[in-house]
Amino acid sequence: MDAKVAIPLNEQVKLSVRNLNFYYGGFHALKNVSLDIPERKVTAFIGPSGCGKSTMLRTFNRMYELYPEQRAQGEIMMDGSNLLTSKEDVSLIRAKIGMVFQKPTPFPMSIYDNVAFGVKLFETLPRVEMDERVEWALKKAALWHEVKDKLGQSGSGLSGGQQQRLCIARAIAIKPEVLLLDEPCSALDPISTGKIEELIHELKDDYTVVIVTHNMQQAARSSDYTAYMYLGDLIEFGRTQDVFMRPTKKDTEDYITGRFG
Amino acid sequence: MSDRHLSTQFDAELSGISTRVLEMGGMVESQVARAVHALVTFNSEIASEVLATEERVNQTEVEIDLDLSTIIARRQPTARDLRLLIAISKTIANLERVGDEAARIARTVQRLVNSGVSTRLRLPVNDLAYEAELAVSQLRKALDAFARLDVDRAIEVLKKDDLIDQEFEGLLRKLITFMMEDARTISSSIDLIFVAKAIERVGDHAKNLAEQIIYIVKGTDVRHNPVGMVENLVR
Repeated sequence: MDAKVAIPLNEQVKLSVRNLNFYYGGFHALKNVSLDIPERKVTAFIGPSGCGKSTMLRTFNRMYELYPEQRAQGEIMMDGSNLLTSKEDVSLIRAKIGMVFQKPTPFPMSIYDNVAFGVKLFETLPRVEMDERVEWALKKAALWHEVKDKLGQSGSGLSGGQQQRLCIARAIAIKPEVLLLDEPCSALDPISTGKIEELIHELKDDYTVVIVTHNMQQAARSSDYTAYMYLGDLIEFGRTQDVFMRPTKKDTEDYITGRFG
Repeated sequence: MSDRHLSTQFDAELSGISTRVLEMGGMVESQVARAVHALVTFNSEIASEVLATEERVNQTEVEIDLDLSTIIARRQPTARDLRLLIAISKTIANLERVGDEAARIARTVQRLVNSGVSTRLRLPVNDLAYEAELAVSQLRKALDAFARLDVDRAIEVLKKDDLIDQEFEGLLRKLITFMMEDARTISSSIDLIFVAKAIERVGDHAKNLAEQIIYIVKGTDVRHNPVGMVENLVR
């Protein structure tokens, strides 16, 4: 279905999705989805398991290309070009659109090297500047003070919440424009979750954030815009306060109020 | 999709609290009717019973508010569930004030009876009974609209509020005339003006209830709008 583009005119659009269809082999996982992701805001995707929200996220940075059976059709426009058909090196696309996964995935190396790894792929920085970049990214990810005296230690030695913030630091270090967070707090305790939600709030000053979550209250707390998906369709998209207070579709209201039928 | 939550507990809590609100509504409706009956018949005993019941009305408001906050804390309600609970909070405050008005009327009855004025003067209490019928009917209609979440019925209540205001204006004029004709009636006439005002306020509370029903069903806050505008906001 064509979504009414429900963001106010004074918001800039970062990613413009039009008629997006996605297939896992013969299975039609995303059905003609259209919406605009506003720039420097947090957009949350909610919906029951299998609704297509994680699939959606993976089309934004072409993660699906790793698997031959998966294909996307349609348009995802960013800065005037279609990400899906762009001839640009996909690594460069993924440098602009970073991703953090549900399970923290620190590389098996030091905290410092974790953050520097991606930067080294794209930039040649002298040691001093690299140090600065690592510090900057860890500060942005609200992790610096906890790790500044042990940058040489392994990333896997950190707690779950810290590892996740390390992954966020790693994603930010290459200065992306968009951050995709796929259920970033699912594996974390409430305090770590709270810290990451605080972090998300600060990150949106600089980055466009798209978050997939199965925790509706998290979507309600942390996002500016919410998209509700069901079985591959975009059912409703709007400002979070409107979706959670006065949803326009009964299906949306049934889902968010816990009337699962 | 069904109208029931996955959590049957949550369903039970919501329907339970709605039922309690309706019970409170019935309680205060009866309070007003009995207080006015006490006035018309100058019956001090009935007035005392109304005053004795007032405590239970206040206690019910406190209990429902407690249930309400518990549901909000535990269930994190959203959309129309949240609107229902917010509306219930305002509704029971309005119902408690209706109870206050009934108590005020009952106290006036006692004063009039004790002063012996009821036997000496022919006070126009029947006119007040008519005003009260209008107000109680509005309240009953609003409670009925709440039970059925019926927006059309709620709008009817909003439209009829003017009638009570007009009745009050008429009563005021009548009592002023009464006072001018016989200075001995001044004290009790003033008491009756306060009773008429209390009844008019019951009508206002019924109107507030109607506004809350529109909020629950439509998500639109129509308070402080003239009734003509309300229909536009709702359609």
